[in-house]
Amino acid sequence: MSEAEGWRRLHPLSPIVRGGRATIAVATLLLLSLAGGGRTSGLIPDLAIAGIIFAFGFVSWLVTRWRIDGDDLRIESGLLRRQSLRFPLSQVQAIDIVRPGLARVFGVAELRLRTGGSSGATARLAYLAAQEAEPLRARLLALAEGARTHEGKPAPEVAIEERVLTTVPTGRLIASILISDVGLFAEAVIAGLILVAVLSPNAAVAVAGGSAVPIFSVLTLVWRRFNQEYRLSLAEAPDGLRLRSGLIALSAETIRPGRVQAVRMVEPLLWRALGWCRLEVDLAGKQRSKGEGQAERRPLRTVLPVGSRALAEELLERIVPDRPRRQSPPPQRVLLKSPLRYRMLAWGRSETCVATTSGRIRRVTAWVPLEKVQSLRRVQGPFQRRLRLATVHVDTAGRSVHAAIRDRDTAEADRALTELSDLARAARRKKGR
Amino acid sequence: MLRRLEVAAIALAALIAAGVVALLGHTIVGLACLGGALVLGLGAERFVARRFYAWGYAEREDDLLVRRGLLFSRLSVVPYGRMQFIDVTAGPLERSFRLATVRMHTAAAASDARIPGLDREEAARLRDRLAEVGEAQAAGL
Repeated sequence: MSEAEGWRRLHPLSPIVRGGRATIAVATLLLLSLAGGGRTSGLIPDLAIAGIIFAFGFVSWLVTRWRIDGDDLRIESGLLRRQSLRFPLSQVQAIDIVRPGLARVFGVAELRLRTGGSSGATARLAYLAAQEAEPLRARLLALAEGARTHEGKPAPEVAIEERVLTTVPTGRLIASILISDVGLFAEAVIAGLILVAVLSPNAAVAVAGGSAVPIFSVLTLVWRRFNQEYRLSLAEAPDGLRLRSGLIALSAETIRPGRVQAVRMVEPLLWRALGWCRLEVDLAGKQRSKGEGQAERRPLRTVLPVGSRALAEELLERIVPDRPRRQSPPPQRVLLKSPLRYRMLAWGRSETCVATTSGRIRRVTAWVPLEKVQSLRRVQGPFQRRLRLATVHVDTAGRSVHAAIRDRDTAEADRALTELSDLARAARRKKGR
Repeated sequence: MLRRLEVAAIALAALIAAGVVALLGHTIVGLACLGGALVLGLGAERFVARRFYAWGYAEREDDLLVRRGLLFSRLSVVPYGRMQFIDVTAGPLERSFRLATVRMHTAAAASDARIPGLDREEAARLRDRLAEVGEAQAAGL
């Protein structure tokens, strides 16, 4: 492993890419002032600032280096505040390759290593040459595997073969976003604006000016969703499910099977008519490190932005094997308490997994592996008591998927509470061994 | 227990205020206030007392049960193995009665296992015991 011993630097272009928007802004400013014609006196402060920023970037690149040291990845950075990071590869949960827009322009990629746990430490190698990133990732993964199995010597480089399970067609994605809740809202806003514009053009300008911020944010929301889910493909690799997506910012991520806290399937009203659904996975840990993109901060990962139920069932089979086959509806008197929800409510369990369905307008089905259950709560409100009903909440570490067995007969809820806590304990024990 | 005292104190203050008003000469208004304060205070006291009796906890072999609430009754089952850390807090009012609140945290934010108004010794005992069994049964995420 002689070639792995030396310290290595990141790609020389990394400070520029890291600067991101600032770089673009500085470049445009420079170009503008250059194009503005030789008034050098105005140019000097601009140039000075750009120079200082560039110098800082260069210095930070100069003092940052990394190496693979046995079972550790070591990263050293900082000039004044020197930071040395030793990242044990045996703790690695996932290695992701992220390529934001600017990085793609310059042909570089970021390698991001995650560990488990709620503190979720992340090591970033930003940026490496794009063609270097993939082999390095494979090698790190192989090393991590070797460290985990205590083989001492790192395993030879393996080409990780993966099998693509699904790719979402762009047309369907656009259609699905257009009739989703966010999409409908955006359309309503735009339609309203057009209506106002037709009725009185003067008012339209004022309205558009006054509500520019909300309009912009709604459009950003729609755009972000489209960008994130564009050509999202899910592949099965030996180390978990590989997720790739993105129109401008490309991201690749691996979901280890053990990291999944809960899975949910969402079927909005209009999608149900088309037989479409959306599959999202809740992952452990709150990775809120500085410098991570929006997509990485959310604990919820979309595995299937839009797809048929059959496809969703097929994917579910891989994510939560042995899930309950059928769910039972609640007693009829629930109609009095929650008339909108009544048709949706159901729950079921198998030996290792609990499934609950709820929702008023959109149907949300959640699956929680029993070994991931944190605690169970039985809650009964005054109205529920009158009707002899109770709700059992299943709490997990993920915060976005909420599984609750709503409005069941009191006796059934009590039974579910004891059964589930016993099964959850058994599942934990089995996993611990 | 604590809430009960709080309510009693407020009711007493209201009573005294009403009494003062009555003494100042507005006899009818004052008497009405007095009666109102008495009824409300007793009602609140009864409500809080019943709520106090609804709190309860049980240490089982593998998990802790915490029961609370009357109007909205809740029963939490928290496995010891899932416990991440335990808080023992005592506010100024609690401290003056030598009481403390024990709270268990799991990785789930929604888990709600709070036991208020414990004796200080009991709180310390519970904390140590929970920490001990938690250690023995700890399970990863």
